[in-house]
Amino acid sequence: MPKDNATGEFRLIGTRPNRPDGLDKVTGRARYGADIVAPNMLHAAVVRSPHAHARIKKIDATKALALEGVKAVVTRADLPKGLTGEDLNLQENTLAGDVALYDGHAVAAVAASSALLAQDAARLIEVEYEVLPHVIDVDAAMAKGAPVIREGAADYSVPEGMHPNVVRHMEFGHGDLEAGFAAADLVREQSYKTEATHQGYIEPHACLGQLGEDGRGEMWVCTQGHWYIRRMSAAVLGIEAANLRVTPSEIGGGFGGKTTIFMEPLALALSRKAGGRPVKLVMSRAEVLRATGPTASASMDVKIGMTKDGKITAASVNFRMQGGAFVGMSPIGEALPCAFACYDLPAVHHVGYEVLANRPKAAAYRAPGSPMAAFAVESLVDEMCRELKLDPIDVRLKNGAKEGTKSSYGPVYNRIGLVETLEAAKAHPNYAIKLGPNQGRGVASGFWFNHGGETSVSLAIGEDGTVQVSIGTPDIGGSRASIGLMAAEKLGIAYEDVRVNVVETGALGVNEPTHGSRATFASGKAAVEAAEQAIREMCRRAAKEWDIPEEAVEWKDGAAMPAGPNAGKFPPMSIAEIASKMGSTGGPISGHHEVTAEGVGASFGTHVVDVEVDPETGRTTVLRYLVVQDAGRAIHPAYVEGQYQGGAAQGIGWALNEEYVYGEDGRLQNPMFLDYRIPVASDLPMIDTVIIEVPNPGHPYGVRGVGETGISPPLPALAAAVAEAAGVRLRSLPMTPAKVLAAMRARKG
Amino acid sequence: MARVHLWSSLRRLAGGAEVVEVEAATVGQMLDALVKAHPGLAPAIEAGVSVAVDDEIIANARHSPIHPESEIYLLQRLKGG
Amino acid sequence: MTKHHVTTIVNGETVEFLTEPRETLLDCLRDHLGLTGSKEGCGTGDCGACSVTLDGVLVSSCLVLGVEAEGKKIETIEGMAAGAELHPLQRKFIEHAALQCGYCTPGILIAAKALLADNPDPTETEVRYWLAGNLCRCTGYDKIIRAVMDAAAEMRGVA
Repeated sequence: MPKDNATGEFRLIGTRPNRPDGLDKVTGRARYGADIVAPNMLHAAVVRSPHAHARIKKIDATKALALEGVKAVVTRADLPKGLTGEDLNLQENTLAGDVALYDGHAVAAVAASSALLAQDAARLIEVEYEVLPHVIDVDAAMAKGAPVIREGAADYSVPEGMHPNVVRHMEFGHGDLEAGFAAADLVREQSYKTEATHQGYIEPHACLGQLGEDGRGEMWVCTQGHWYIRRMSAAVLGIEAANLRVTPSEIGGGFGGKTTIFMEPLALALSRKAGGRPVKLVMSRAEVLRATGPTASASMDVKIGMTKDGKITAASVNFRMQGGAFVGMSPIGEALPCAFACYDLPAVHHVGYEVLANRPKAAAYRAPGSPMAAFAVESLVDEMCRELKLDPIDVRLKNGAKEGTKSSYGPVYNRIGLVETLEAAKAHPNYAIKLGPNQGRGVASGFWFNHGGETSVSLAIGEDGTVQVSIGTPDIGGSRASIGLMAAEKLGIAYEDVRVNVVETGALGVNEPTHGSRATFASGKAAVEAAEQAIREMCRRAAKEWDIPEEAVEWKDGAAMPAGPNAGKFPPMSIAEIASKMGSTGGPISGHHEVTAEGVGASFGTHVVDVEVDPETGRTTVLRYLVVQDAGRAIHPAYVEGQYQGGAAQGIGWALNEEYVYGEDGRLQNPMFLDYRIPVASDLPMIDTVIIEVPNPGHPYGVRGVGETGISPPLPALAAAVAEAAGVRLRSLPMTPAKVLAAMRARKG
Repeated sequence: MARVHLWSSLRRLAGGAEVVEVEAATVGQMLDALVKAHPGLAPAIEAGVSVAVDDEIIANARHSPIHPESEIYLLQRLKGG
Repeated sequence: MTKHHVTTIVNGETVEFLTEPRETLLDCLRDHLGLTGSKEGCGTGDCGACSVTLDGVLVSSCLVLGVEAEGKKIETIEGMAAGAELHPLQRKFIEHAALQCGYCTPGILIAAKALLADNPDPTETEVRYWLAGNLCRCTGYDKIIRAVMDAAAEMRGVA
């Protein structure tokens, strides 16, 4: 670990400079997915199934193609056959084959000379359906007699005798569960449900694709990961990845929902069919809600044993999750290990099932699986704390995971900061505020693993000594600023002298998307390594100029200087001076780093919320909100706070308002922001934040990813606060005014 | 010998073993040795697993070293938002 | 389909465009005039990303037809800065880190400017209710509200 990390003294890290993309974004100049145009461009529209489950008997595009200006129509017949596994899933979701699997499933696409004409043409494409029985709810989908969505889709793990819609099963744990429950003074068992929610990024998916007969093409697209777009689109279309050059636009939010493809291959397929003309495809909000994202819905049973003084003796869960009509899409594999990640348990057991339903193919959403798991587990912990009249923070401290704890999912924890977040929450003034009538307070903790992943970064010294850093992780929340700060810190130069660019697939090796809270961690770590490489080269150039050994040169304050008195007396050679001569001292100077980044540190958080419930309407008002989370080290604290606040707001929406509402016909009934109601400014108070810094030993500056953890605690924290305020415990989300009011009335009899 | 802990549904594919001991110096050698010892595990491992070696979760790094005394856990492959 | 000729004033300059009667003002700004700073987030008037002012009135440009702009004065995000000098709201949004992805930012800036023209000294609650028609999914609104309050104070000369 470098010296500056050990001392914790930094020149730039921890400061709050303006973000490099700020000016473009406040003036309307920043270019997002739908802002890109190309000469001779066509526009596309998609025909979507109005049925939750239907056999496609016939598609007739004659009338559409007869319109002047309509250039191409594609259906599944235009895509290659023989794909398997996740590639087949992706192709199947891009365009339905024999069967449309959910309301909104794409069936055909058309390209025309204007967007309005393309929409007209889409309405003229005639599709004949044979409607099939459908199933939406996760428990209903695994019950006897439920319509079978895909025969034979279950993998090796599913026990015999289960419904064919059950496609994955997992089970793990440690310790003696029976003995643990026997040692408890109180054993409680409850069931919880969460509905599907959508990532809700304000920018709908948009792309501009061009593909020639020779199989070479280009794409401009809003995405969290353009190498994923390249690989997935190439697989779906049967073209070679290197022939597709993908450039990311600015991205108008992603939250996991833009880590995969939904319609990008359609633009390319239409382009190829239309003689290689570029094709622009922009989704409507209804298409976004019906056919992209969302997250899984979940049905969960939890059992916990606790002693009178709050020690948890044993715990178990049984979770069922549906992630749409596609195998492998639910986050059951993440939800289970997240369930008890905050606890040090002598005995714990997890069982999970993934179930198919006639819903869209789920995509990752901020800490996939963790919010549902937290809702179930943290809710029951809270119920038991109240029953035993114990402080919920004290109970979590008593059982909290720390360095050396054997985690609920197996491995032993490295240095983690859960206990620090609990202590800070307890000491925060919000926790001492006295509550009034109809008010309640809720506490919950949450966890996310974080991820390193495939990362390639290039750093080049310019002729004047300023520096460009090329990264492959699209910037969603200010990561260019954070990565620029780290590179400038390492190089010993001004933040303003470093420009960080998110570059296209042709400019770097493969990068995984901005996902798993990894951009600042992994691209930042690689940028620091690349800077070190450039520094070594600059020291070598200085050594040659001075005619002293390389080892006798050190890098300090943005300049090479002789190390110690024996190296000779030379004035420092600044980065600008070295750069100005680099052409005559050996050529351009750059640094690269390519790695599957390891050393991620998990991030834990604890939230405290106060609410007031209106006894006449059941409406919950959030009075104050506190997020305490471990950032390892906050490179740019304003953007760390932004992640905490944004995650909390999404969690509050999930807890109180947001849900996918399906009709009896299996159609999504709220595919617009009016009815799919994400939190608005007047729904929320200021969101207080405390940044805990327990440095991650796996990062040169101690960074832990911070993007995801914050969405999990709000679900159970709000349920606990509502329970205290309204006297009713809601075990299914969202806690809409109608649901809370009904529960209050039922309690009164 | 490194000790590899299998999650329950994998155990059926490994003759019921909860822990498999393998001779391996890297994550890749460990996965290959597991499949060699229990060919039934091949589809599960090909489908993708995350590996926890002692206190570190390794999503995808075959050359990461493991030590003779390492405790290894196979986990479902983890996704992130 | 016959197109209509529309003459209008955008950000102080007279412009002309041809539009189908069913095209929205947002489409006309973006596709015919190249002013892509106004964004479409929903197309149904729920998200506010397309906010502009029409003769001084704050509107969702996705709910206005292009032909309705005839003879009107339109202000968009592209006209908010005075040349190279940013409007105080724009400056405060950068300083307060009041944007993450930035997609909702143009609409929020236009809406906030309209608020401060009406009410130079709004309370936090007034700012929150005024901006309730502008969705932001990234920030939780905290830093946005602070930036607007701070810009208002500066514009009143008290900051």
